Amino acid sequence: MNKNLDVLINDNEDIEVILLIEAIWHKYGYDFKGYSKAHIKRRIKRRMVLSGCNSILDMAKRVLDEREFFESLLSDFSINVTEMFRDPEFYKVFRREVVPILRTYPFLKIWHAGCATGEEVYSMAILLKEENLYDRSQIYATDFNTHVLEKAKEGIYSIEHIREYTQNYQRAGGAASFADYYIANYQSVIFDSSLKKKIIFADHNLVTDGVFGEMQVILCRNVLIYFERDLQGRVIKLFDNSLCSGGFICLGTKETIKYTDSSDKFEEFSDTQRIYRKKFIASKD
Amino acid sequence: MVYEAIVIGTSMGGMTALRELLKDIPQSFPAPILVVQHLSPLSDGYIVKYLDSRCNLQVKEVDEKEIASAGFVYIAPPNYHLLVGNGGSLLLSAEEKVNFARPSIDVLFETAADVYKDRLIGIVLTGANSDGSNGARYIKKKGGVLIVQNPHSAESSAMPHAAINNTYVDYILDINKIGIKLIELVGDDSWRRK
Ligand SMILES: C[S@@+](CC[C@H](N)C(=O)[O-])C[C@H]1O[C@@H](n2cnc3c(N)ncnc32)[C@H](O)[C@@H]1O
Repeated sequence: MNKNLDVLINDNEDIEVILLIEAIWHKYGYDFKGYSKAHIKRRIKRRMVLSGCNSILDMAKRVLDEREFFESLLSDFSINVTEMFRDPEFYKVFRREVVPILRTYPFLKIWHAGCATGEEVYSMAILLKEENLYDRSQIYATDFNTHVLEKAKEGIYSIEHIREYTQNYQRAGGAASFADYYIANYQSVIFDSSLKKKIIFADHNLVTDGVFGEMQVILCRNVLIYFERDLQGRVIKLFDNSLCSGGFICLGTKETIKYTDSSDKFEEFSDTQRIYRKKFIASKD
Repeated sequence: MVYEAIVIGTSMGGMTALRELLKDIPQSFPAPILVVQHLSPLSDGYIVKYLDSRCNLQVKEVDEKEIASAGFVYIAPPNYHLLVGNGGSLLLSAEEKVNFARPSIDVLFETAADVYKDRLIGIVLTGANSDGSNGARYIKKKGGVLIVQNPHSAESSAMPHAAINNTYVDYILDINKIGIKLIELVGDDSWRRK
């Protein structure tokens, strides 16, 4: 009897997940309907254990009653694990193959969509500085999680990762001394404020917000893996509409635009590093 | 029982163990095999080539959102968790490490058990840590079958021991017996259904 009940409850879990997502959508306007259910479910269950709730439905009730509880779930869903020069090979290829093309533009707009706590943005700022492109760049760093954006703005990171970041930087083809870019104290490092000069940090939700400028480069790394194919397609379309002809989209190493409707508008610029270039003769759809 | 998927977790010594296990499995094996092998985040996919050239099934690194199908062995990419979603859709995540590991065996086992329930077979092989033991217990909770490599003959016994100590195990076997057991469990049934 008990055994049976157990199975029944677990089958309902998928339904409860949907109800919780609906509750968030109607109450707070954040739309997770296009996110991959298995990811969301895992995050929900983790929060369920932490919060002492007995079921996902209980959580839905708390989400409705307590804004703070919703905020904690929002953080859970936003999975903001990141690092500096993550996937060093990507930066190496970017430096070697994309930068020469970027030099031909008098002015650059670069958008980091889903920038999390900003490590990726500062990495790019360093690269652009070293390539003498920083001064003609405008960098937009956006995320829908305002807590991580605050951290990104500060540019202060725990010192424990700095060794790893230094290695990443070197593997990424960095030739200067990485330590020149930050000031260290006991537990943390703060990145040089000159790196921030051209960065605008802003709240932007890829699901519900639209185009805000015409970019030469869009980086959206390790965000699309959390979306269902449908939503992936919608976001790539948003990027397509935000890019100049010949502009670049850089995705995470396990992400692709191959299965989206916009795929024929792009050429594979670097398949291994998932860099795509928007074709010059864009067909109207 | 019709088993719909096999999940395997291993760490130290896993490459050889996987080779030993997979070499007995025919191409016609009717269920997909999903593997988490702990790897360095910088590893270059050598394990995929290594295993692919030594077994009858097709071995590949997971592409996100592909559907797990029979005839394939799917290896979790370095630095990503592998999750199973409804319909056997394979998902990747760069979220926090679990048990100091990414990919983590627990993540694969738990999400696969949610989807396949009692139609899942989990296998814990050689390894020097205890990742996978919670997932193993969850597989049993959902009614699946659990096989653990005999710790006495495993290159590294900690991982098999951790699983054995954490839950009921259906079969504790030497590595060269596991493939045959799989065919017995999964292959037989598909014969009868034909
Ligand atoms: C894993 S991090 C990626 C960080 C960085 N791009 C990297 O690759 O290291 C994913 C980020 O995407 C953000 N994100 C998720 N859904 C989003 C949405 N709908 N709109 C904007 N950002 C989103 C999360 O808040 C999180 O900070």
